[in-house]
Amino acid sequence: MAFAAFGGGAPAKDNSASRKGGPIVLALLLPGMIYLGLFFMTPLLSLLVTALESPDPSGAIGAYFYDVNFGNFLTVVTSYWPQILRSFGYAFAATVFALAISYPLAYFIGVKLRTSPLIQRLLLTLVIAPFFISFLLRTIAWKQLLSDDSAFVSLLHALNILGPTQFFIGSDAAVIFGLTYNFIPFMTLPLFTNLERLDTRLLEAASDLYASPNKVFRKVTLPLSMPGIISGTLLTFIPIAGDYVNASRDFLGSSKTSMIGTMVEADFLQNWNYPSASALSVLLMGLILVMVTFYVRKSGTDDLL
Amino acid sequence: MATSNAFAGADLELIDIRKDFPGFTALDDMDLTIPAGQFFALLGPSGCGKTTTLRIVAGLETPTQGQVMLGGKDITSAKPHERPINTVFQSYALFPHMTVLDNVAFGLRQRKVADAQKLAEDALNLVELGHLGDRRPQQLSGGQQQRVALARALVNRPSLLLLDEPLGALDLKLRRQMQIELKAIQLEVGLTFLHVTHDQEEAMDMADIVAVMNKGRIEQMGAPEVLYDRPKTVFVSKFLGQSNLFVGEVVEKNATSVSIEVGGNKITVDKKRAEKHTGKIAIGVRPEKADFHEKKPKLGSDHIVIGPGEIIDIRFTGVSNQYLIDIPNVGEVTVFAQNVGKSPEIALGANVYVSWKVEHSYGLADLPSGSEEE
Repeated sequence: MAFAAFGGGAPAKDNSASRKGGPIVLALLLPGMIYLGLFFMTPLLSLLVTALESPDPSGAIGAYFYDVNFGNFLTVVTSYWPQILRSFGYAFAATVFALAISYPLAYFIGVKLRTSPLIQRLLLTLVIAPFFISFLLRTIAWKQLLSDDSAFVSLLHALNILGPTQFFIGSDAAVIFGLTYNFIPFMTLPLFTNLERLDTRLLEAASDLYASPNKVFRKVTLPLSMPGIISGTLLTFIPIAGDYVNASRDFLGSSKTSMIGTMVEADFLQNWNYPSASALSVLLMGLILVMVTFYVRKSGTDDLL
Repeated sequence: MATSNAFAGADLELIDIRKDFPGFTALDDMDLTIPAGQFFALLGPSGCGKTTTLRIVAGLETPTQGQVMLGGKDITSAKPHERPINTVFQSYALFPHMTVLDNVAFGLRQRKVADAQKLAEDALNLVELGHLGDRRPQQLSGGQQQRVALARALVNRPSLLLLDEPLGALDLKLRRQMQIELKAIQLEVGLTFLHVTHDQEEAMDMADIVAVMNKGRIEQMGAPEVLYDRPKTVFVSKFLGQSNLFVGEVVEKNATSVSIEVGGNKITVDKKRAEKHTGKIAIGVRPEKADFHEKKPKLGSDHIVIGPGEIIDIRFTGVSNQYLIDIPNVGEVTVFAQNVGKSPEIALGANVYVSWKVEHSYGLADLPSGSEEE
């Protein structure tokens, strides 16, 4: 379903060639199909089935029976709507920040550094370099760097940005910072891939046709980099909306920053409320799917994707 | 579609332009004046600096030194979008994310011209593509894209239109057709055209004035007929058409002519058609101006006769035969004879004399490479 959204809803092509090649094509597809069937479709179905289960009449904790209980969805929405809103709010803010930081960076590496490929490669490696260290470890490191007695927080106190009893860790800003930081490479790389291929002759043509540098960017560079922006924002927004590490109180968050992921984790591992956790997961999936479809359609870059 | 006086182009003047790139000099003390309304061609091999010149005029490169004047105004430091100049790029550079019509209207919309849509439609009609306005550039053929690029530049009525080898990517037949159309449009709209090309036929065919460039300098400039008839340097004589060149010491000089001696033959040039009158000089003649004879012809002093030499190659090219004649101590001489049904029946290996009229000789300012230290 998500792939249809990525493809801009292009009609499936009638590929007669693959039909002709019947047995061989099927044989080649089989491993992939089995893999997807076992490790994607089965868990997904299991998730959907669990999301509709009802509590066992015996009242035993963690015991449920098969049912078609859509009430689970209503329950998660009524009890978790603040986390749902917060998740998408965080995801939106972090995606915007990541785009604001990544676009100039990707433009610089992909366009300005074309003449010096060595530096280009080097900088690109630096963008990816953080991946060599575990995501958890890096986030813990930030927790230390931004901790209550850190130089950073002292500075915020000195500048009166934070009151004497306020701290950074545990705030919305800390979580958004962590999310932005952790997902920047997912934004930079698709943008770079797109901008690397940007035909700068088109920019010259636009300035030759009376467009000021500002107009050249808005009328030519930006529309031509839309495919990169779309893939970058999707690759950051979707995982951020489901993230539960940064917002966790063990990392950069607090009880006031819990996201959907935090609640799924709590319901599943602590409350043993599997139907609630599943319903919340399905809901997250559904919401993302709707947003992504709307976003891709709306941005109208079908022919550039 | 417009009266030519209303949109008459402006004079372009390049004064002492120099352009250095890291490691080499692309342009060296270049001076150039293009009068308003002219179709001017910059002709030269790749790497001669012609595209750099064009980019400096468009504002896409900044000259290391010198001034660019347009209509008497110094525009050297003006940004590309501030110059009343438009370019038809070699790659066309059509915006792939816009329709053909939006491409054409782009410049008008940037300047907030009223009625941009209507003017763009008119411009598309001028290049006979009015019916394709809704398409994307990628959906058009090369020739159609080229015409869109032309319409996109022309619609702005620039004082100066730059053409950067816009016909290079087209096949021969389409190129011919576009050359004719371009010339017709230029006459119709009366703009100043600066056309950069490496195709000598294209330059001679279309331009009022041709400047031949080599190694960052203009070697010679003038009307195509004049350049062809009277090249002044070895480079021009070889780049613009073909030339037979003869190098020798001046042995005879009088009030009207200069003669050199080459391998026992005397080759004469009119004094006013020669750049140098003393020492070792090169004299040339076009292959189609020369004739050959099986017997030594009895011709007056207004003719040059050299030979005999052996015909070592005959090429049939359709409209003419090309004969390569090896004359001992002189070298190889090419003679074109038109296929008008009376070409001499001559076989490979025959010994012939070559002749031409003195008035067709031209004396060059320099010597072919390799002959300086002989």
